[in-house]
Amino acid sequence: MSPTLPFASTEARTNYLNADYGWKSWLFTTDHKRIALLYLFSITAFFFVGGAFAVGMRLNLLTPEGLFSHDTYNKLFTMHGIIMVFFFLVPSIPATLGNFLVPMMIGARDLAFPRINLLSWYIYIVGGVIALTAVVQGGVDTGWTFYAPFSSTYSNTHVILAALGVFVSGFSSILTGLNFIVTIHKMRAPGMTWGRLPLFVWGHYATSLIQVLGTPVIAITLVLLGLERLLHAGIFDPTLGGDPVLFQHLFWFYSHPAVYIMILPGMAVISEIVACFSRKAIFGYSFVAFSSIAIAVLGFLVWGHHLFVAGQSMYASMAFSFISFLVAVPSAIKVFNWTATMYKGSVSFETPMLYAFGFIGLFTIGGLTGLFLATMAIDVHVTDTYFVIAHFHYVMVGGMVMAYLGGIHFWFPKITGRMYPEGWAKFAALVVFVGFNLTFFPQFILGYQGMPRRYAHYAPEFQVLNVMSTAGASVLAVGYLLPMIYLTWAWRKGPRAPQNPWNAKGLEWEQSPTPPPTYNFERQPVVTEPAYNYSGEQQEVNLGG
Amino acid sequence: MGVFSIFPERASTNAGEVDALYAFLLVVGVGMTALIFFFVFLFAVKYRRKSPDDPAPKAIHGSIPLEITWSVIPFLVMLVMFAWGTKLYFQNYTLPPNNALDIYVTGKQWMWKVQYPTGQREINEMHVPVGRPVKLILASEDVIHSFFIPAFRLKHDVVPGSYQTYWFEATKPGRYHIFCAEYCGTNHSDMGGWVTVMEPSEYANWLTGGTGGSMREQGEKLFQQYGCVTCHVTNTQGRCPSLLNVFGKPVVLDDGRTVLADEAYIRESILNPNAKIVKGYSRDIMPVFEGQIGEDGLLQLIAYIKSLSAPTPSPAAPATTRSTK
Amino acid sequence: MADSEATLTAHEPELKHHFDDSAQQLESSTLGMWVFLVTEVMFFGGMFGAYTVYRNLYREAFASTSHFMNVTIGAANTGVLICSSFTMALAVRSAQLGQKKALIAFLILTLILGCVFLSLKYVEYHEKWADHHVPGPGFQYADPRYFRQAQILFFLYFAMTGMHAIHMIVGAGLLTTLIVMAARDRFSAAWYTPVEMIGLYWHFVDIVWIFLFPLLYLIGHT
Repeated sequence: MSPTLPFASTEARTNYLNADYGWKSWLFTTDHKRIALLYLFSITAFFFVGGAFAVGMRLNLLTPEGLFSHDTYNKLFTMHGIIMVFFFLVPSIPATLGNFLVPMMIGARDLAFPRINLLSWYIYIVGGVIALTAVVQGGVDTGWTFYAPFSSTYSNTHVILAALGVFVSGFSSILTGLNFIVTIHKMRAPGMTWGRLPLFVWGHYATSLIQVLGTPVIAITLVLLGLERLLHAGIFDPTLGGDPVLFQHLFWFYSHPAVYIMILPGMAVISEIVACFSRKAIFGYSFVAFSSIAIAVLGFLVWGHHLFVAGQSMYASMAFSFISFLVAVPSAIKVFNWTATMYKGSVSFETPMLYAFGFIGLFTIGGLTGLFLATMAIDVHVTDTYFVIAHFHYVMVGGMVMAYLGGIHFWFPKITGRMYPEGWAKFAALVVFVGFNLTFFPQFILGYQGMPRRYAHYAPEFQVLNVMSTAGASVLAVGYLLPMIYLTWAWRKGPRAPQNPWNAKGLEWEQSPTPPPTYNFERQPVVTEPAYNYSGEQQEVNLGG
Repeated sequence: MGVFSIFPERASTNAGEVDALYAFLLVVGVGMTALIFFFVFLFAVKYRRKSPDDPAPKAIHGSIPLEITWSVIPFLVMLVMFAWGTKLYFQNYTLPPNNALDIYVTGKQWMWKVQYPTGQREINEMHVPVGRPVKLILASEDVIHSFFIPAFRLKHDVVPGSYQTYWFEATKPGRYHIFCAEYCGTNHSDMGGWVTVMEPSEYANWLTGGTGGSMREQGEKLFQQYGCVTCHVTNTQGRCPSLLNVFGKPVVLDDGRTVLADEAYIRESILNPNAKIVKGYSRDIMPVFEGQIGEDGLLQLIAYIKSLSAPTPSPAAPATTRSTK
Repeated sequence: MADSEATLTAHEPELKHHFDDSAQQLESSTLGMWVFLVTEVMFFGGMFGAYTVYRNLYREAFASTSHFMNVTIGAANTGVLICSSFTMALAVRSAQLGQKKALIAFLILTLILGCVFLSLKYVEYHEKWADHHVPGPGFQYADPRYFRQAQILFFLYFAMTGMHAIHMIVGAGLLTTLIVMAARDRFSAAWYTPVEMIGLYWHFVDIVWIFLFPLLYLIGHT
């Protein structure tokens, strides 16, 4: 059994938060936990910027004729997509929770390259400032997908500036992934074998593989696009001999795996929460661990499912369709294993677990609607409609963002040393769940009925469902604002957290004080038991799962 | 329409089939969702922690038979989805039956231009008969758009620099939406229109209202205007291949390749003659018409050259053809 | 990795606090550099992909433009880079053996060879500029049949070799840093990790060129 620490009170001890004061100690820190907080604040800020654009969009969609000019609306949805994808979803869990927890979970004192970690935050900020400059200068209107030849030749908005912001932020993602890969390979504590790693770490490892392999491709794609816009050499312009569909292939080669960058960390969080609040080891540990790797690998082979109606060869489409079905299997495996973990467990309903329930339900729906899109004949009808929008918001927002909120609540005591108000948190979780479904479920119906996406104004028969969606969005907005308020309050005024309020297993809970000291551990941890050993088994069991 | 339905109107032979497949996926999806919700709810309630002092449950590490079962069964169900979806897709993207009507659709910011072989031209409107296959030849003058008719459950991107084709058979008279479904700039959401499906007799009447001559006739005028007639019909004098009975047949090129003389091949041969040289002929003889003939004119010329061939069975070739300038 | 038997003690300034021992630190640095090089492969890979597509689409234009590739300069540059990889390897070896003078000498040689490469590249680019083969408003091409295709192919030529040249310039900067560090006695047989890592980077940039040279310069000459 791992020793529990003899600290009764967390008050007067030096920890990573009070070890040093002043802005320099934060902006020049190399402590992965402080860097995680730097990311947390910046990512939250971008979330609300992207959210503000969404508010504008949903207001516009209250009436068929719209509220804003077409150009304004086109810029709103473009900037909403760019900010949410590149400046919120891609970094979110890895850069905040991943940065904070991966070293602690494996028993290390920091990541392998702490200065590169800080550099990656600065690169993210620079990329973000460039992107915001594009917004302030008047915006971009190409859609976050930047399709040529519209983006290379026809759009007269700040395409290059926006693309540059995304290009720069990509390096932040690459460096984070690189750091995690080396850390997980080289810095595990004695006894922390691959088979004992928390699934949170497995999930981040798989995510890092995608970040490192995929992001450079969008980098070069945006470079080529920018050069084309400047020089008009013709690489994507058919009037000059180029092929616009080549752009789509290059773009989606990264952007499809990118969605797995976005969801794998969320799944990683859910594994931790479900195990803790069922007080039971995750059922099928090996399957869940390897399913993350399988998703990462297969995710690189499906990009053509975005091109079923784009003029791609039918035979290529067939192959992409088949592999898209394949990649659904490991995701399904996770959902089944989480459910099976609760079987004969001891389940409690604190806020993190409520978010986990929300994730399991909404990710199931989102993932299943992905099958509709993988089915070629159905995709022909629903692609580029609100069906797709509903699908990806179910997995990204109903899935990822709920996992993110669940993770923030779960590790809030560890990060801040304080407890959040459970009543308010549960209420907010419910508001988020209800608001989310009200916003996005009608969009499945809208899509199949034929409402295309990126429409500033729409046919009148689509109004009822649009109004419903906007009403839902206002509820969802409340759901997101509530944690902003009570978590900020709790950080300063919340009751002090005990060492391990959830009685969770894991090195970060059991062998590190709350909040942790700068070097995480008083003594080097030595690991002698499998992950999630809630039942207290003495010897290493044969992990049959 | 008083009754709310998640399905739009069905107005093509394809629509019912797509809806059936969709319904199948809905049943599977709802079923799977219900199953997960049920078990999560059941386990959460049945195994809820009753007091903080409850003993820790025994670990159950896994079960390989269970993992295999719940991987293989969903995969088999997905194979059905894949097979059904692929079959339906191939059906709609291979070339249509012989008696298909050709209609030429060109997208440009921000309108759809529709041309008929008999010479009518419409903007943002298309008229088709019930019960007869219609083949659309899709082109774009500027950026990528997408021609979407929800009631037919069909869409296809129109890509500048290439022709795309698909076909449908309308089943129910009425007026149905046409939408642009690929973001194309400021007025993307205004780039819509209506397809009117008519009974065959009404359609025949409508067709005779054309002015300016059929596309074939207009193409013939251009064929003479640009001097093609001096070489490409009977007075070839060995300088160029005759165009009689060429459209729709295979052509052997000077590098040994054999290509199909379809719409894209003709278009490329006009705009960039040296891209493909027929075996036995020289390059640099035919003038380059790049920049001199617009998309409308190209389609008319193609209609004329088609008329120089006896009707042949449609070859089974991929419907997407690419011509690059 | 390190042949040397000398290792750092916990008090050595070069052992960072979050590492347990110097072996772990060196292995981490090495793995980190290899992962970074993999990202570079993917980065260049996108351009190699575009090149493959257009070369196949425009075979004749490609054959036409390949006559304008300066194979002499290309071959010379290939020789220069291979030699520079050799001197770089010798530099790493010198560091391993703690031979400061040899280390600095070989680093300087590598830097000089790199600069020779960049100078030859400049000559080559200037030649292309004089021929109006730089894509953009000033582009001209003698054979009007292939004007459009040639512009795309030259665009890819400049993008690929230009990106490579940028990596060379960064490499030159890194070499300069190493020379300064070596002169200031920062390296010893016990710790010379930056030399090894930048050596890996330099070899990688060389290998990219080994792919670029045949694909751009040699193929297509019939």
